[in-house]
Amino acid sequence: MTYLSRRRFLKISGASIIATAALSSAGGVVKGAKKLEEKTGKKIKGIQKIPTYCSMCFWKCSAIAYVKNGELWKIVGNPEDPLSNGRLCPRGTGGVGAHYDPDRLKAPLIRKNERGEEKWVQVTWDEAFEYIASKMNKIKKDYGPESIGFFSHGIGGGFFKHLLKAYGTRNIAAPSFDQCLGPRDTAFEITYGDVIGGPERTDIENAKCIVLFGSHIGENMHNTQVQEFAKAVERGASIIVVDPRMSTAATKAKYYLPIKPGTDLALLLTWINILISEDLYDKDYVKKYTFGFEQLKAEVSKYTPEWAYPVTGIEPELIRKTAHEIARFIPSALVHPGRHSVWYGDDTQRGRALAIINALIGSWGRKGGLTNQDVFDIPSYPYPPYPEPKRQRADNPDKKYPFGGAEGYTTGLREATLTGKPYPIKGWFVYGTNLLYSLPNTEETIKAIQNLDLLVVIDVIPSEIAGYADVVLPEAVYLERYDELFAPYFKQPFVSIRQPVVDPPNDQKPGWWMAKQLSEKLGLQKYFPWKNIEEYLDTRLKSAGLSLAEIKKKGVIKGPEIPLNLEEGFEPEFETPTGKIELYSTVLAEKGFDPIPKFTKHKDPPAGYFRLLFGRAPMHSFSRTQTNRLLDNVMNENEVWINADVAKKYGLNSGDYIKLKNQDGVLSNKVKVKSTERIRTDCVYIVHGFGHNSRMLKGAYLKGASDSQLITKYKIDPLMGGTGMNVNFVTFEMEV
Amino acid sequence: MARFGMVIDTVKCVGCTDCVVACETENNVPVGFARDWIEQIAIGKFPDTHVEIRSERCNHCSEAPCVNCCPTGASHHSEFGGVVLVTHNECIGCKACIESCPYGARFVHPEGYIDKCTFCIHRVKEGKDPACVSVCPTHCMHFGDLDDPNSEVSKLLQKRKHHSLLPEAGTSPNIFYLT
Repeated sequence: MTYLSRRRFLKISGASIIATAALSSAGGVVKGAKKLEEKTGKKIKGIQKIPTYCSMCFWKCSAIAYVKNGELWKIVGNPEDPLSNGRLCPRGTGGVGAHYDPDRLKAPLIRKNERGEEKWVQVTWDEAFEYIASKMNKIKKDYGPESIGFFSHGIGGGFFKHLLKAYGTRNIAAPSFDQCLGPRDTAFEITYGDVIGGPERTDIENAKCIVLFGSHIGENMHNTQVQEFAKAVERGASIIVVDPRMSTAATKAKYYLPIKPGTDLALLLTWINILISEDLYDKDYVKKYTFGFEQLKAEVSKYTPEWAYPVTGIEPELIRKTAHEIARFIPSALVHPGRHSVWYGDDTQRGRALAIINALIGSWGRKGGLTNQDVFDIPSYPYPPYPEPKRQRADNPDKKYPFGGAEGYTTGLREATLTGKPYPIKGWFVYGTNLLYSLPNTEETIKAIQNLDLLVVIDVIPSEIAGYADVVLPEAVYLERYDELFAPYFKQPFVSIRQPVVDPPNDQKPGWWMAKQLSEKLGLQKYFPWKNIEEYLDTRLKSAGLSLAEIKKKGVIKGPEIPLNLEEGFEPEFETPTGKIELYSTVLAEKGFDPIPKFTKHKDPPAGYFRLLFGRAPMHSFSRTQTNRLLDNVMNENEVWINADVAKKYGLNSGDYIKLKNQDGVLSNKVKVKSTERIRTDCVYIVHGFGHNSRMLKGAYLKGASDSQLITKYKIDPLMGGTGMNVNFVTFEMEV
Repeated sequence: MARFGMVIDTVKCVGCTDCVVACETENNVPVGFARDWIEQIAIGKFPDTHVEIRSERCNHCSEAPCVNCCPTGASHHSEFGGVVLVTHNECIGCKACIESCPYGARFVHPEGYIDKCTFCIHRVKEGKDPACVSVCPTHCMHFGDLDDPNSEVSKLLQKRKHHSLLPEAGTSPNIFYLT
């Protein structure tokens, strides 16, 4: 089984592997206005407009930053950008606040006291690199280079990935897979031989019927998706939202199905049964492109609307009516595959059901369905080959999880660090991901950290994980640095640039510069063979017939248009063992898993407890943005959504403060009550990313509650290692 | 004379607050204050709840109580499209206008004068939309001359159901919400 379709893998490995270099001198990295002023002695007057791509979330829209009289003023969308179409989201607009954030890390730090005490000695960059290199050399000598692990989120992590591969480890993992979209992409890989990817291949703009399972588009502010969703709303597309909470998207829906949490698979299997038993599916498409229809038909026949009613809480008539509604719009109907999908531990099987229903309505390769994508092919820099690690990766020994793994297994790496098996992990690099807020069960993470000889955190703000570091390396924010080129799979292939707009305010440096410097300390300079990042970027761009000078001016360069769907001449190919869309999965059967998804019942909350659900707010990204004063200004704490009847029963009103206590007795910070007619009575909801307890995050300290603190329990998906996190129950503590 | 106004489509608005953040950067609004904001109004019993999400700001009323009550004339209707503005150096910070505004649109700027939405008149004079309108990722906001029957805003009002805020206050607000 390939974990990423071969075609896509080849392209990705050719196009976007990492890399980079740095200037040998510490100064003069950024040619910003201040530097120019120092040189010329003249105050810069007027407005400069500099294109660069955003980093406020991971969608990476292209923007144009306005610098007024040498100071960063505002950021707007780049009209040439196919992701933003010239309009950013609030975080992109609020990127200004990332540059001016008073809580930013300002200089390299080495730990003085115990881990987590946040006591530091400020050091020079050279001292920091010396310290790290000597620890890394000792780990290599004592345990082997594979004993260093890397957790990374974001394109800038690529520079460190390159460095650590050169050093000799492949123990690299990203929470964007196991704690986010892993189950979905694994399910589609198994079914279609290709992933949904990000930016998602969903043609929301042209869909006539859109079904969302928990996808809270509009709160999840991935720009292109929101823009297309708004267009669909304006066009009067039929929208069906399945969610225990009336999300923003649900307020726009024709049908809102307030499903009991944890029973989405029951509804999906019932819809699949209706589409088949009532002969409503796309027969020609299913005949031509799919495998295993008869087995599917037999397997799902037991899932009737009457069976589903007590399970899901959705009335049989509404289940039928919505199935008919979806069928009515074939072939322009889309059941959105979702994104964050680590919910209950059987998530890949739910993803399979989403993949199967999309096959029945013939959405893959259809206008208004799941479109073709391609990439702007930019050859990688010709590096020397990496050393071959002597030991296999430690994050998934004996292939316990047979599927997934394209981005590594985060909790597998943590487990290896905790147990020393299959071999000890003694060093962690952490780039741009606040592990204490992204991995479930913070206690396990903190215990694992106690086994480390070295923890290096590279970040722009003093995140909670930085508080546990031995060395903290303060990175320049995206507006102050070059980064890797961005060329994702998308319906319109393009490449975009991140380039410095202003200088870093203190002693922050770009990630590529740090990796290059460290390579010299480690004797790995042959892996960083160019003089500076401009030379590196220009080399790559020239090999694709472009140039740095050109892209610096434009920000974005588009590739040729591609056929997006059958209507435009796209002919889909499916890289599965049968060459078809596998309704019945041959690879799952081979590995002993259910080849067709079966409904599994999840535990209900005990009396007096509520299932804890969490999600996003449009103006914040994870736990990364709460100290951004512009974004703090529009949302400075999260609230716990409690059904109004439940709140009344407990004597709670909107605006009251309570604490949440989970099934294991863990207490949250105090959090404001939102008594609302927008959520079921058996669950509560909070926005992820708040409730910071790092004292260095002055602007966000103890504002709101953290779902991560309360997620002590998680259920691992046996197929791909994703951590289902919607399995925690909370009760209310009135004493705050 | 033109009568500038906004038409905001609550059906498309997702309440993301991009309009608010864009106003902050465009107009250098001090941290802790805002010239525009998002309201989410939920009516009815779950799951049959109706929710209206809308971006609010100064309504640039034609019958503006803030203008009528201003003792110095700092609050005034601009000749340019009837936009309600405050002349900073004529404002004595007496806050009568804050009391009189039924929409809570005004605040005391840390520099002592009363501040609020200007419809980004500096941008409009250059032929651009106000910042909030120009950034909105859902394109739910429209700006234009309500007295011109051929303007986009007028056409939207002819075509779609709409309401304004607190019409009973008699202020003749110039912001309309499509439903």
